[in-house]
Amino acid sequence: VVSTQSTGNYFIQTNLRMKLLTHNMLKSHCKGVVNGFPLKITSNQVDVKEIEFNPDFISRMLSRLDWTVFVQSANLLGVGEGLPDMLPEDQDFDDEDVLKKIHHALLEVEVIEGELECPETGRKFPISKGIPDLRLNEDEK
Amino acid sequence: AVVSTQSTGSFKLLQELLHYPTNLRMSRPEHIGPPELFYNDSEATKYTNNTRIIDIQMSMSSRAIELLNLPDDQPSFILDVGCGSGLSGESITEAGHYWVGMDISPSMLDVAVEREVEGDVVLSDIGQGVPFRAGTFDGVISISVLQWLCNADKAHHNPFKRLKCFFTMLFSSMRSGGRAIFQVYPESPKQMELITEQATRCGFTGGVVVDYPNSTKAKKIFLCLFAGTPVNNIKMPQALGNEDDNTVQYSSERFTGKKRKRQGEVTRKEWIANKKQKRRAQGKEVTADSKFSGRKRKPKF
Repeated sequence: VVSTQSTGNYFIQTNLRMKLLTHNMLKSHCKGVVNGFPLKITSNQVDVKEIEFNPDFISRMLSRLDWTVFVQSANLLGVGEGLPDMLPEDQDFDDEDVLKKIHHALLEVEVIEGELECPETGRKFPISKGIPDLRLNEDEK
Repeated sequence: AVVSTQSTGSFKLLQELLHYPTNLRMSRPEHIGPPELFYNDSEATKYTNNTRIIDIQMSMSSRAIELLNLPDDQPSFILDVGCGSGLSGESITEAGHYWVGMDISPSMLDVAVEREVEGDVVLSDIGQGVPFRAGTFDGVISISVLQWLCNADKAHHNPFKRLKCFFTMLFSSMRSGGRAIFQVYPESPKQMELITEQATRCGFTGGVVVDYPNSTKAKKIFLCLFAGTPVNNIKMPQALGNEDDNTVQYSSERFTGKKRKRQGEVTRKEWIANKKQKRRAQGKEVTADSKFSGRKRKPKF
């Protein structure tokens, strides 16, 4: 186990889940919730895994991301450095350096242990071994 | 064979196409119990190490991805409903796409994570919905899953409600023009109808594709749903294993116990008579013909 001085996050030799891309798409489905997005991440265990850089996929997904939430979450996990504050208006955005940084924050950082909190009900969904448990109880459906 | 919601095809044809033999003990695991209990640790390991299951799942996954008809040149973002231990997810990765998987069995997902699959996996009950923002996914696949949703595993479960909740949230989570391909093992045409009815109510169009309808072993049923019609491809995909005609072959002739002589074929007795004639012509010794010549003897003879 190696810890970094700057972020205080732990890097571990396992290879597990919940990337920021998934977090950006997940929303709460608790009963009665109007807008269950975004789920607030709290995490004390994060892993970095190398993924092949595919600029096509990243540029296509840019329009689907909620940019503010993405930057916020990236900063929370300590990988928000270098990400532009606003999504560039230009459709043909192809600045490779920035795309690479986006790629890194989007796909290469994975939450291992932590929690996702519903913005409306406050209900906490645990993340364990990288797998978020989104199962609702009887009274929540 | 292809059956679409727009066709006025006969119900009888649908029945014949969707008939699955249910006389095998393990052919309906969903009758034994809920999926999260059936797919426990030992079952999950067995399932993922069984080469036969791997082969079948991989081929069904590839076929489902084919049916998705995604654009060739770009990677898409796919949802794998009931991803289990990630067998189907690996096919998606191999096809060059990114994916997220949902499953209700913690044991199966643990195996997925152990096998280091590329997609993120989420532990959830699809009967409670699909918790993703509108327009997230370019496509959806699901291999051998929907039949689990049709059973009430708990006292408070209502399959209709769960199917409706699932399809509604799935529809909204898909990009307009996206497809959802479900490989299913329907128990009966009635169950198939239940599924397609709920899907249609939630805004989906589409139909059923049956590959190799005439083979009990190879037959596979894919429910193809469209979330809004794309501009270019409104045609239903073609099924595999079809002859020129789209009919199911069956005969109304009565089966008699006796073998009937087909045209041009010689019966046993005739063959013996001919052989004897030949030998007589060759000048060899031949037993005399009688009414007993060429009669069927007892087996011990």
